[in-house]
Amino acid sequence: MPLHLKRLLLTGIVIISLFLLLKHALTPESFGQYGHYRGNSMNEIAALPIHFVGNNSCVSCHDTIVSMKSEGYHSDLSCEGCHGAGYKHVGDPKMEQLIKPDSREFCAKCHDINLARPEKAVTQKELKEHHSDQKCVKCHNPHQP
Amino acid sequence: MTEQKTSLSRRNFLRNAGVTAGTLVITSTLPSFNAVLYAAVKRNTKGPWFGIAIDIEKCIGCGTCAKTCKIENDVPQEPFFFRSWVEQYTIRKDGSLKVESPNGGIDGFKQSVPAEEIEKTFFVPKMCNHCSKSPCVQVCPVGATYETEEGIVLVDEKYCIGCKYCIQACPYGCRYFHPDKHVVDKCTLCFHRVKKGLNPACMDNCPTKARISGDLNDPASEVSKFIRTKNVYVLKPHLNTGSKLYYNALNQEVR
Repeated sequence: MPLHLKRLLLTGIVIISLFLLLKHALTPESFGQYGHYRGNSMNEIAALPIHFVGNNSCVSCHDTIVSMKSEGYHSDLSCEGCHGAGYKHVGDPKMEQLIKPDSREFCAKCHDINLARPEKAVTQKELKEHHSDQKCVKCHNPHQP
Repeated sequence: MTEQKTSLSRRNFLRNAGVTAGTLVITSTLPSFNAVLYAAVKRNTKGPWFGIAIDIEKCIGCGTCAKTCKIENDVPQEPFFFRSWVEQYTIRKDGSLKVESPNGGIDGFKQSVPAEEIEKTFFVPKMCNHCSKSPCVQVCPVGATYETEEGIVLVDEKYCIGCKYCIQACPYGCRYFHPDKHVVDKCTLCFHRVKKGLNPACMDNCPTKARISGDLNDPASEVSKFIRTKNVYVLKPHLNTGSKLYYNALNQEVR
């Protein structure tokens, strides 16, 4: 084999082996485990903490309120939808209190008249006229409205 | 003159007619494409194939979905970062259209157009469509965003270089640039909850159960029933994204 071809071959081998070495060093360990991506990234996302613990966690302490709620119009609502995420409260019920929203504005988010709101889906009132000087919770128990 | 003569020759005419007829015959044998139901076709053979269904007839625009999403996924509280949000579409009697989403709907909606001017108005909750042929995944130069086997589009935070190309590519505007992490962030369909057998936070907390998600492979799942029994439609079907977010009663004005 002529010298110039030998040199070319050697250079080629060096470049290819350098590429393979770099590829080996830079490819993450779990790459290709499930597909053309880093498999561990999926596990990292799956391991993120849960904030909304669900109604089942509420029943164990607040059973009377949950059973009261289950008989009223608000039976389908999740507790945390109004009271906020309960993960801290579940861990430390004394110190981490949840919010108890009682403003007219909060009720208005669902119950104020808006033509976009389907009539069948929710009871609506003209809140500017409906006892506008008082809080809704004075007459309506939010757990059994 | 000579050029025109050759192009009109009998030989050329026969050849062109043959090519046209052949193309028509061959393309007519290809399977037809259904943009709406395409993504609902069984894909993942090993496990679930996730789809989402939103019933516009049930959405009351309370914004609980947008609020809970921000808390569950530690999305920045500023009013321009959203993984999930609600829009109000208002079609006025003069035919003009107003689309608004004050703080993503988190603080509720005030009717901004006087009732006598309104022809029609409705809420449209929006979130990642988890497309099965995602444009955002295709453009990522470093392969940091991907579709899992279950059909959920995720972002690898450690590999995202923050070039924002995917934000431009998403036709539904479902991605944002995280101001602290300096990577692109998006809806994961609450992957961390779904993997533990829970529903996404927005769906668990929706007061009217207007949004559901589930396995499209399972014909008995709520999503599959939703698609079978309602007039479902996906956003921008002409873009052929394979969107897996199905809306009931979606108006054509919605983009």
